[in-house]
Amino acid sequence: MSVYSTILRQIVNGLQAGSIYALVALGYSMVYGIITLLNFAHGDIIMLGAYIAWISMAKFATNPVFAIIAAVLGCTLLGVFIEKAAYKPLRGAPRISLLITAIGVSFLLENAAQMVFGASAQVIPSFFSIPPLSLGSIDISGNAVITVIISAVSMILLTFLVQKTKMGKAMRAVSEDTDAAQLMGININSTITFTFAIGSALAGIGSVLYCSAYPQATPTMGAMLGLKAFVAAVLGGIGSIPGAMIGGFAIGLAEALVSAAGLSVWKDGVVFAILIIVLLVKPTGLLGKPMQEKV
Amino acid sequence: MNQQYKKIPMPLRYLINTLLFAAFLFGGTALIKGGAVSNYYTKVLMLLGINIILTVSLNISTGYLGQLPLGHAGFMAVGAYASAIFMTHVGMDASAAFPIGLLIGGVVAGLFGILIGIPALRLKGDYLAIITLGFGEIIRVVLLNIDSVLGFKLTYGAASLKSIPKTTTFFNTFLCVGIVCFLIHTMMKSRHGRAILSLRENEIAADACGINVTYYKVLGFAASAFFAGVAGSLYAGYLGILNPSSFGFMKSIEILVMVVLGGMGSMVGSVLAATVLTAVPEMLRAFSEYRMIVYSLLLIIVMIFKPSGLMGMYDFSLSHILEKIINWKPGRKKSAGKAGEENG
Amino acid sequence: MDNLVPLPSLGMIPERDLGAIPILDIHHLGIDFGGLHAVDDFNLVIGRTEIAGLIGPNGAGKTTVFNLLTSVYTPTRGVILLDGMDIRGKSTHQLTKLGIARTFQNIRLFKDLSVEDNVKIGLHNAFTYSLFSALFRLPAYWTSERKAHETALELLSIFDMQNLADQPAGSLPYGAQRRLEIVRALATSPKLLLLDEPAAGMNPSETGELMENIRKIRNTFEIAIMLIEHDMNLVMGICEGIAVLNYGKIIAKGTPEQIKSDPVVIEAYLGRGKEASA
Repeated sequence: MSVYSTILRQIVNGLQAGSIYALVALGYSMVYGIITLLNFAHGDIIMLGAYIAWISMAKFATNPVFAIIAAVLGCTLLGVFIEKAAYKPLRGAPRISLLITAIGVSFLLENAAQMVFGASAQVIPSFFSIPPLSLGSIDISGNAVITVIISAVSMILLTFLVQKTKMGKAMRAVSEDTDAAQLMGININSTITFTFAIGSALAGIGSVLYCSAYPQATPTMGAMLGLKAFVAAVLGGIGSIPGAMIGGFAIGLAEALVSAAGLSVWKDGVVFAILIIVLLVKPTGLLGKPMQEKV
Repeated sequence: MNQQYKKIPMPLRYLINTLLFAAFLFGGTALIKGGAVSNYYTKVLMLLGINIILTVSLNISTGYLGQLPLGHAGFMAVGAYASAIFMTHVGMDASAAFPIGLLIGGVVAGLFGILIGIPALRLKGDYLAIITLGFGEIIRVVLLNIDSVLGFKLTYGAASLKSIPKTTTFFNTFLCVGIVCFLIHTMMKSRHGRAILSLRENEIAADACGINVTYYKVLGFAASAFFAGVAGSLYAGYLGILNPSSFGFMKSIEILVMVVLGGMGSMVGSVLAATVLTAVPEMLRAFSEYRMIVYSLLLIIVMIFKPSGLMGMYDFSLSHILEKIINWKPGRKKSAGKAGEENG
Repeated sequence: MDNLVPLPSLGMIPERDLGAIPILDIHHLGIDFGGLHAVDDFNLVIGRTEIAGLIGPNGAGKTTVFNLLTSVYTPTRGVILLDGMDIRGKSTHQLTKLGIARTFQNIRLFKDLSVEDNVKIGLHNAFTYSLFSALFRLPAYWTSERKAHETALELLSIFDMQNLADQPAGSLPYGAQRRLEIVRALATSPKLLLLDEPAAGMNPSETGELMENIRKIRNTFEIAIMLIEHDMNLVMGICEGIAVLNYGKIIAKGTPEQIKSDPVVIEAYLGRGKEASA
């Protein structure tokens, strides 16, 4: 019975982590889909969201709701700012330049945070405490449930946005064929900015959810989380929104299974091994589209 | 070609460079032995030598082969640990064993380069970057945890591999720098080097010219890994202690910054950038917390304003400068692209 | 221009090439891209010193044929015999060593390398020495490099480009770049040279020079040349045998005279608009 409950608990953990990975992976996929950039700085936006929440609650003693809004808003604005300052000047530049710049931005954010906030962890007061749910004799963490629910709702809203709204159509058009979209009168710049904004907002939500599970902020927290979410995006097919969701949950569950098997020190290794296997077997991921070079 | 352009003949070029290098090597060693250079600066110089080798080795994969591997620190780690494990277990005198240790570090890293390169180099651009990042991280995780799988202590993981003989000196570091740069130079200025460059320029055309694309991609990548392994071995002998956390993604990025800043495709640029980015932060120890911020800002700014780096793809030599001086006349038109010339 | 004589298999080659194995013998070649027959039932024979032309409207599949011949694509059906040997399973660079060289529709030069280096890369398999020899500058290195240098300049002199040897290939004017690509292809000592739209972007006098040079190349090196072209003056002027492709299938084959007056060909071009001019 205890094995069963351990596994179940791990699955719940996996879903919780997975939904956060999914939210973050969405940001990676959307940005890649629209400007073919692997935004290495994406993970670090989460880190800054956490610090914003911390400042808000620990330094200014605001209520949690305000802190959440501030964090999400802060992430959104930061994402937009980075796009305008660092990526827009490089539109049309070779991919290597963009990639290196993204790495530079990531580095910059981490080190700036370290300089301003110090390297040691800052404890974030909890946003909300929800009593665990009982399923028969098993307790499921309330936080986990909320996390999964909020993630699911966010993803449903995103799907609605992308499929049914005018801006969503514009996003899809620019992803498909930038030049044609421009010729159709779509404003490329604002579409790209909007994509970054949405992706960063989702990261902000992810940040809040992450902090509800691990209530501390360190300068490098975004790095590994971002990398793993990135693997999730690649697994699902980078550029694909449903793919990011599937990938996120897959990675979360994979980690949970590894932990359940007692091998949690190998968690990171397993995630990267998944990455490598995906890239070797089907680089475009589960739902991605293959690209052909014209000879 | 301009008939009146006086060129310094081949053997003389080699001689000039060898003499200058020997002067630096032996002169520097003498100064250190004589106490003219402090212990602190000697250490900085050794670190500089190691960084130079790291940078010129990564430059092979990025600048010459045209890829963007993000796991270079992994090869350094493999070399460092291979060499350190050898040095801590071998019975013979440490200074005598060290050259073997260096070679072991290089060869093991080179083998990893082949193993990783064969699957990874089937991918391109962003995907190659990601997969090498993945491999680099896996190497780090394995080094951290392998002891529990093996059942005996090999790498000591997070507890650190200690008591590695500190056999690295100014002399052998820069001797390695000289040899590595020489070998990279001779490789690149040959038909094999041209083959590698052709892959950077236009892989499909290179294929059509009869170049075995897979062979040369793996060769370039393995060479890059080999030299990184040598640098890792020197690093192990410099620090005396190894921990997997020193070889993560951050380290790969630090090396990448040096290559990018120096100009991808320019060995001279790599050397210069490594020098600047090693020496300057050390001198500015007091401002070390700003160092990383300056690093990152520098990277972004260079990418936006001068993506070709300090030296671009331009590789020059001392003999070349001397030739220019000998032949200087006002109004003379330069011929561009010295890739075809034999530089001494 | 020689007469074309029929061969037992489905094709015609120049009379002077009778008695030697045709350099290229293609049977029922076909490739499908997702249900679409990009090339279908393609049969062709080319004599060892023939200048052959492959023409057809845009999108007919001409470059696809070249890609099939150089193993960039793998055929779905059919057999390609190069100098009597089945090339199935061979990779692109292996085929280059076996004697097929090509130029590209969108020029693919090594832009940041010098003109001479571009040619020397074509000579990669001509003057070989091991990596070890290169690393330690053994005599083999010096000898081979000198020979490569001399040969590169010789080849460049075909188009009078030897003075441009040190310039970066990307800095050359368009026409010179196209010529350089041909020189580089020749450097691989091919038996069959595939030229993909060699006259694209050239004015009439440049085209005339190109025609002379193609003939000169064929006569000097005694190789076969197959070209894809839209410029009808060029095609009718130097090709001995012409195959016309439309929607991936050959609709006509024969001498320039035969093709010029073939109603099927005329319809394929005129029916789609004004494609038939230079």
